[in-house]
Amino acid sequence: MKKLLLIGWKDVTLAFRDRTALILMLLAPFLLTLGLGAVTGRFSGASSSGISHIPVVLVNQDGGSLGNALVTLFQSTDLGGLVDPTLSQDPAAARQQVDTNLADAALVIPQGFTDSIIPAQGQTAPVPAVQIELYTNPTTPTSVGVVKTILDDFLSQIEVGRVGGEVAVSQLVQSGRIQVQQAQAIGLEIGARQANASGQSTSIILNNTTSRGAAVPFDVLALLAPSMALMFLMYTVSYGGRTLLTERNQGTLPRLLVSPTTTIQVLGGKMIGIFLTGTAQMLILILGTTLLFHLQWGDPLAVVILVLAAVFAAASWGMLITALAKTPGQVSTIGLAIMLTFGILGGTFINTDNMPAWFQLVTKITPNAWGIDGFTTLAMGGGLPDIRTPILGLVCMGISIFAIAALLFNRRGLTER
Amino acid sequence: MSSILEVKNLSKKYGDFTAVNGISFAIQEGEIFSLLGPNGAGKTTTISMLSTLYTPTAGEASVAGHNVSGDPMAVRNLIGVVPQELALYDELTARENLVFWGQMYGLSGRTLKTRVQEVLEQIGLADRAQKRVKTYSGGMKRRVNIGVGLLHKPRLLFMDEPTVGIDPQSRRAILDSVKELNHQGMTVLYTTHYMEEAEELSDRVGIMDHGELIAMGTQTELTRQVGENDNLVLHIDENQNGEILAAAIRKIHNVLKADVTDHTVSVIVPEAEEILAPVITVANELGIKIRSVDIQEPNLESVFLSLTGRALRD
Repeated sequence: MKKLLLIGWKDVTLAFRDRTALILMLLAPFLLTLGLGAVTGRFSGASSSGISHIPVVLVNQDGGSLGNALVTLFQSTDLGGLVDPTLSQDPAAARQQVDTNLADAALVIPQGFTDSIIPAQGQTAPVPAVQIELYTNPTTPTSVGVVKTILDDFLSQIEVGRVGGEVAVSQLVQSGRIQVQQAQAIGLEIGARQANASGQSTSIILNNTTSRGAAVPFDVLALLAPSMALMFLMYTVSYGGRTLLTERNQGTLPRLLVSPTTTIQVLGGKMIGIFLTGTAQMLILILGTTLLFHLQWGDPLAVVILVLAAVFAAASWGMLITALAKTPGQVSTIGLAIMLTFGILGGTFINTDNMPAWFQLVTKITPNAWGIDGFTTLAMGGGLPDIRTPILGLVCMGISIFAIAALLFNRRGLTER
Repeated sequence: MSSILEVKNLSKKYGDFTAVNGISFAIQEGEIFSLLGPNGAGKTTTISMLSTLYTPTAGEASVAGHNVSGDPMAVRNLIGVVPQELALYDELTARENLVFWGQMYGLSGRTLKTRVQEVLEQIGLADRAQKRVKTYSGGMKRRVNIGVGLLHKPRLLFMDEPTVGIDPQSRRAILDSVKELNHQGMTVLYTTHYMEEAEELSDRVGIMDHGELIAMGTQTELTRQVGENDNLVLHIDENQNGEILAAAIRKIHNVLKADVTDHTVSVIVPEAEEILAPVITVANELGIKIRSVDIQEPNLESVFLSLTGRALRD
C-alpha cells in the first residue's frame, strides 16, 4: 500500500508542476464558471450573492390599489432575498440606472393602471388599457427573467381575479341574489380584495425547502460550478491516464517494473495518482468558488463524499481510456472527445431534464450526470441521505469500469505491446 | 568464485522475428562482463529478460539462484538496472528522483537519506541536487540515471549502453565509475557497441550478433580465435570498387581474409608489413587509388570482423 501511495503522490506532484495541466485543470473551469456566471447575471449589480438580490427600480405613477399592490409585492419579505427594490419617481432616471448596470430592471407603473382594470365607482364608459413598462438589462438575462416572471405572475392573478369577479357578479345577478344596480359595487370589492391578495403573495418559488424544512436560496452557480468542475475532471483523469503511456515511452515505467514493484502496485499507484489529482482539483475549485463567489455547496461532509465518489468514477474512465489507447496522443484525443461528450450528455451545456427518457438513461453512463445531480441536490439544501443514489451510481460505475480497464491491461500488458 | 548469473538457452521471439536466439553464459561474482555487438544484436532484449521486464520465450536464467521468471521479485531485489534511455522524471529534482526510486527499492528513513546523499556525491551532483532534472545537461542526466541504479547497492548491476550520446568527458567519468563500482565488489553486466569500452572495462566479453552469442571469453582468448593476425585496413575513394580490390587481394599469398565495408577493405594477414607492397601493386594494376592505410593489432573489432565479415558499426 505504501508504494501505491508513493507512486500516486509522485504523479500528483508531477501534475501540479505541469503548467499546461494546471491551466486546464483549475484555471479553465474557474474562468468558464466565472464567464457563465456573468452571462447569467450572477455577478451583476452591487450584490455579490447572486440572483437572490436582483436590483430593481420601481416607478409607481399609478398610486392606485393595484400599482401599490405591485410595489408591495416587490417589497414583501417573501421576495426580500430575491429582489432588491428601490423606488423612484422618474422613469427616465430609472431607465438610466439600468443602462449604467446599476439595476437589472426598471418597472414603470403608469398613471391609470388601476383604473384601467378596476373602473372607478360610477364610471361606465370603457377605459383604455394602460401597460406596465419593464425596462431590462440585456446582460443579465437570468435576473431579468426572474423579475419578468414575478410581474407575469402578478398580472396573471389580476386577470384571474378580474375574470373571476365578472363571473361571480354575473352569477349573483342571474341567481337574483343581488340587483343589477349592486353589481358594480360588489365587483369593485372583489377586485380590491384580489388586488390585495396579489400583493401579499406570489407563486414564484425560487427558495427551496429541504426535507429538514430549512429554506435555501437558489444560486445558478450551484449548477454551473459543479458542471464545469466535473467536465474538466474528465480532462484531469485522461491526463492522469496519459502519464502511464508517457512513462512507458520515457522509460520510467519499465524502470518501475524492474524494481521490486508489482504490476498491480504500479497500476494501483497510477489510479491513486489520478484519484488524488482529481480530488485536489475538485476541492480547490469548490474552495475557490466558495471563497470568491460565496457559493453554497451544501453539507461539507456530503460534498466531500460526493467528490470522492465522482473522482473515483471519473478516474476509472481515465484508466479505461488509457487501456484502450496505444500512445499518449491517442489518450489526449479520446480524452478530449469523452470530456466534451460527457459534458453534453451530463448536462453541462444543456438541461437534460426535458429530454426523452431514453436520453436521460444514456446520460447515466457519465459521472457528470450523477455528479451534477448530487451537487445540485446538496446546493438546494439536501443532505447525505438525499444523494445516496448518485453516490451509489458513481461507485458502481467506478468499480465496473476499473475492472474492465484492469482486464484490458492484463491482456495487453504494460510494456510489451 | 560462484556464478551470480546463469543463462541457459535463453530466447525471445516476437512473432516470426527472433530477437535473442538460445544464448547461454554465466557471470562470476565480482566480474565485469560485457555484451559487445552492433545495434539490433539483441543486447537490450537480453538485459530486459534478465531484469524480469520481458518474459523469455524459451530457456531460463537465474540471479543468485533465483529464476527470473519464477521468482522475479527476489531477482529485482538483487539487481540494479541502468537503462539505455534516460529513465527519470524531468520535473523532479535529482534528489527527488533518487528519493522516489530509493523508496521503490524499499529504502526509507535514515537509510534512504544517507544513501541518496552518498549517491549524489558519488555522481558529483550533490551541489545541484535541488535543481530539476530538466535543467541538467545530457551528461548530468546520465549520471543521475546511473545513480538511480546504485541506490540500493545491488549485487548485480545491468548497464545497458550507458555512454550513448554523451560527451567524451562524461563518458570518461562513467567508465571510471564502473571500474570503481567493480572495485567495491559490484558485479556488472555491461552492454556496448563500442569496442574500446568493452576492452577497457571487461574481464570477459560476449560478442552478440543477430540475437546470437557468437563468441565469449577474455580479450586474450577472443583475439586468439582470430590468431595473431594483423588487420590491414585500406581506405579507398568513394567511387572506387572495393569488391574488385578485395577479390584481387584474396589471391595474394598469406592473405587469410579480405572484406569490404563502405569504402574500406579489411585484410587479415599474419604480418601486414609483408603484403603491403603487393597490395599496392594490385591496386595500381586495377586503377584503384588507396587514400590511406592502417595496420591494426588483433582486437575485438577484428574478432567481430573475423566472425561476421562486418565491422561493429554496421
